[in-house]
Amino acid sequence: MTKRFLTFVAVLALLALTTIAVSAQDPVEIRFMWYSDGVEGDVMRDLLDRFEADNPGITVTLDVVPYATVRDNLPTLAQAGEAPDMARITNFGGMRGLYLDLRPLMSDPSLLEDNFAGAVLEAFRLPDDTEGLYGFPDSLSVTAPYINRTLFEQAGVDVPSDSMDEVSWAEWTDALKQVAEATGTPYAVAIDNKGHRFAGPAMSMGANFFDADGNFALANDEGFRAFAEIVKGWHDESLIPREVWLGSGGQYTAANEFFESGQVVMYFSGSWQIGRFDSVIGDAFDWAVVPNPTGPGGSTGVAGGAGIVAFAQTEHPAEVAKVMEYMLQPEVYKEYVERSLFIPADKAVIDLGVEYTAENPLVNAALAQFAVEAGKLQDQAIRLNLHPFAFAYYDASNTRLAQYFAGELTLDEAMTRLQEDIDAAVANAGS
Amino acid sequence: MSSATVPHTHHVSVWRRVQKQLGAAFNAVLNFFIDLMDYIMHPLQRLVGIRGMGYVFVLPNLLIFGVFILLPMITNFFYTFTGGANLFLDQRPYVGAQNLERLFDCQNFLAPNTCREDLFARAVTNTALFVITQVALMIGISLLTALVLNRKIIARGFFRSVYFYPVLLSPIVVGLIWKWILQENGLLNALLVAFGGDKVGFLTDANWARFWVVMISVWSLMGFYTLILLAGLQSIPSDLYEAADIDGANVFQSFRSITLPLLMPTMLVVLILSLIRAVQVFDVVFAFTGGGPGSATIYIVQYIYNNGFASATKEYGLASAASLVMAGSLIVLTLAQLRLRGTNNVT
Repeated sequence: MTKRFLTFVAVLALLALTTIAVSAQDPVEIRFMWYSDGVEGDVMRDLLDRFEADNPGITVTLDVVPYATVRDNLPTLAQAGEAPDMARITNFGGMRGLYLDLRPLMSDPSLLEDNFAGAVLEAFRLPDDTEGLYGFPDSLSVTAPYINRTLFEQAGVDVPSDSMDEVSWAEWTDALKQVAEATGTPYAVAIDNKGHRFAGPAMSMGANFFDADGNFALANDEGFRAFAEIVKGWHDESLIPREVWLGSGGQYTAANEFFESGQVVMYFSGSWQIGRFDSVIGDAFDWAVVPNPTGPGGSTGVAGGAGIVAFAQTEHPAEVAKVMEYMLQPEVYKEYVERSLFIPADKAVIDLGVEYTAENPLVNAALAQFAVEAGKLQDQAIRLNLHPFAFAYYDASNTRLAQYFAGELTLDEAMTRLQEDIDAAVANAGS
Repeated sequence: MSSATVPHTHHVSVWRRVQKQLGAAFNAVLNFFIDLMDYIMHPLQRLVGIRGMGYVFVLPNLLIFGVFILLPMITNFFYTFTGGANLFLDQRPYVGAQNLERLFDCQNFLAPNTCREDLFARAVTNTALFVITQVALMIGISLLTALVLNRKIIARGFFRSVYFYPVLLSPIVVGLIWKWILQENGLLNALLVAFGGDKVGFLTDANWARFWVVMISVWSLMGFYTLILLAGLQSIPSDLYEAADIDGANVFQSFRSITLPLLMPTMLVVLILSLIRAVQVFDVVFAFTGGGPGSATIYIVQYIYNNGFASATKEYGLASAASLVMAGSLIVLTLAQLRLRGTNNVT
C-alpha cells in the first residue's frame, strides 16, 4: 500500500515538474496591433522575425487590423483593460495615461529621449508628466499634392510648378481643369475627406488654427474659410469626386483609388502613399509630388505620422520594452523607413542618412520633394497632429465641412458648429 | 419469389439490424446522460420543490436575458446621468440631466440649426421620415407580393424563394452591393450613360440618397413580411371566397370584405415588427451612405454609434441619453400598438 502510494506521489511530482519545465520554456507572446497603408507591415514582420531569432523566449504577433479599428476601437479596449501589449497608432494623445513608461525598463532610454523631438514625446504624456517615455513615431509624414504627369503631357499643358516657384490654388485649378477637359479625365482634383489633409492648404490660405493659449480657434478664421470656399467650388463645378466628401457621411474616405486608376489629375494626400503608389500604379503612368500651393499664408502641408506605443496593462513589460528598444536601434529604424519608403523622425537615423533603394525613379523624386515640404512646415502645421484634441477637430471637420459642401449648412454655420464640437469634446474630456 | 428479391430482402434485414443496434447505442448514451442529470435534478427538486422546478428550467434563459439585455439597459440608464470620457461608471462624474437637456435644447426641432445638438435633431427628423415612408411602403409592397404569391401562378415556389432571399443577406452586404450599383461610377450610372443619359448623384444628392435608403431597406426586408402575410392569407378559409363568388362579389369586393378584415391581425403584427425595426435602422445605411450626403441619412442609431463609438473623444453619456430617448419612444410605440391589438382582438 505504502509502495503504491509512493509511486503515485512520484508520478504526480514528475508530472508537475514536467509542466513547470514546459511553462518555463514557453515563449512570451507579445500582441502588437498594427495597421498598414503600404508595405510597412511586411517590413516590420521581417524585422520582428530577426528579433525573434535573436530572442528565442519572445514571440511578437502582429495583429493586422483596419485603420478604423485602431482609431475607434483601440481607445475603448485600452480603457477597458483589454488593450494589446503594443500598438501602432496615429492619435498620440488619445490614450494618454494608459501607456507603459519605458524609461525604467529600457537599458538605454536615450534612444528615445535624445533622438526624437521633445514636442513629439510630450504628445504621449499627461499634462503634469515631464519625464515619461511612452512611445515614438515610426515615421514623419507630410501632406502635399500628387499629380498625374502623364495626363499633363497628353493634354499638352505645362505643369505650373515646373516653371513657377509659387503657384496658387486658383492657378492650379485652372491648369487641372484644362488637363481634365483635354484628356477626358473624370475629375480634376481630389482631397481625402479628413481635416488633417484640409489643414495644410487652409494654413497656406492664411488660417491660424490656434489661439495664444494653444486652443483651436476656427470659428472666424479667414484662411480656413477661404480654402473651404475653394473646395465648395470644386464640388459645385463637379471637379472633385463628390462621393469622397458627400458619399460617406462623416466617415473618413481616402481618394487614393481615384488617383491610382487615373481618374483624377491631382490628388492631395501625403507621403505615406508613396509605397502604395509604387506598387499599385507601377509604370501605368508617371506621377509626381508637387510643392504645396501658395496662398496668403505661405506654402505648407501639415505633419503627421504613426507612432508605436506599449500599454501599461501588459503582463510582459520587460519583454515589451525589449521589443521597443530593438525597433529604436538606429540601424533597425533606418531599415524600416528605407524599405517602407517613409521619412524618418529619428534624429540618429537622419544623421546616419537614409538611402532609399527603390528602383522606380518616381519614388525617389517624390521622397526628395517631401523632404523639401518637410522643411517648409509651419510651426502650427507641426503642432496640429500632436495636439491632444487634434482628432476632435478631424472628426468634427469631416462632418461639418461635408454639411457645408452638401448645402445643409452655410459656411458661417459650419465653422461655428465645428468650433462648438471641438469645445464640447474638450469640455467632455475635462469633466 | 424471384432470385433477384432474395439479396434485396437480406440487405433490408441487415440494415434494420444495424439501425436497431445504432438506436440502442444512442439510447444507452442518452440514458447515461439522463441518469447523470438525475443526480443533479433530484437534490435540486428536493431543495426547491416541484413548483420551483419551472423557475429552474427558465433560469438559464433568464440569466442570458439579464446579463445581455437587462443589465446593459440598466447600465445605459445610469450612464445617461454621467459625463466625461472615462469608460467605467465609477470613474464618471454625475451630471444630472445635462445630457438629456443637451439633446432637447432646441427652439424648433424641425429647424435643426436652432438646436444645440443639431445632428440629433436631424437624426430624429430623418428617422421619423424614414419610418413613415418605409413602413407604409413595406406593408403595401409586402401585401401586394403576398397576394400575388398566394395565387396559383407559374413557378410559385421559385418566386417565394426569390423574394425571401435578400432577407438572408447580411445588411452590410446589402449596403455594399447597392453602393456599387448606385455610386457615381456604378452600374446604374454606367447604364444611364450607355443609353445617352447623364450620371446622377444617387449617393451625393440628399433626396436621391433618402429615396434609395428607403427602397433598399424595403427590398432587403420585404421577403420576411411577405412570408408572414402569406401565412395570414393562407389561414383564411377558402369557402368564404367561394360563398362571395356565388353571391356575385368581384375580386376587389372580396379583398375589401374578406381578405382585409381577416388579415388585419397579421397586418398589425407586421406593423409592430416593421415599425420597431425601422426605428432601429442603422447597419444597411451605414454601409450604403454612412449617413451622408452631409447628414441627410443619419438616423438615431448612427447618431448614438458616432458619439459612443466612432469619435475620438467618446461621449458615452450623450450616446446613452439618446439611447434612452429611443428606447422610450419604442416603448410608447409598442404600448400604443398593444392597445390597438387589444381593441382588434389580435391573439
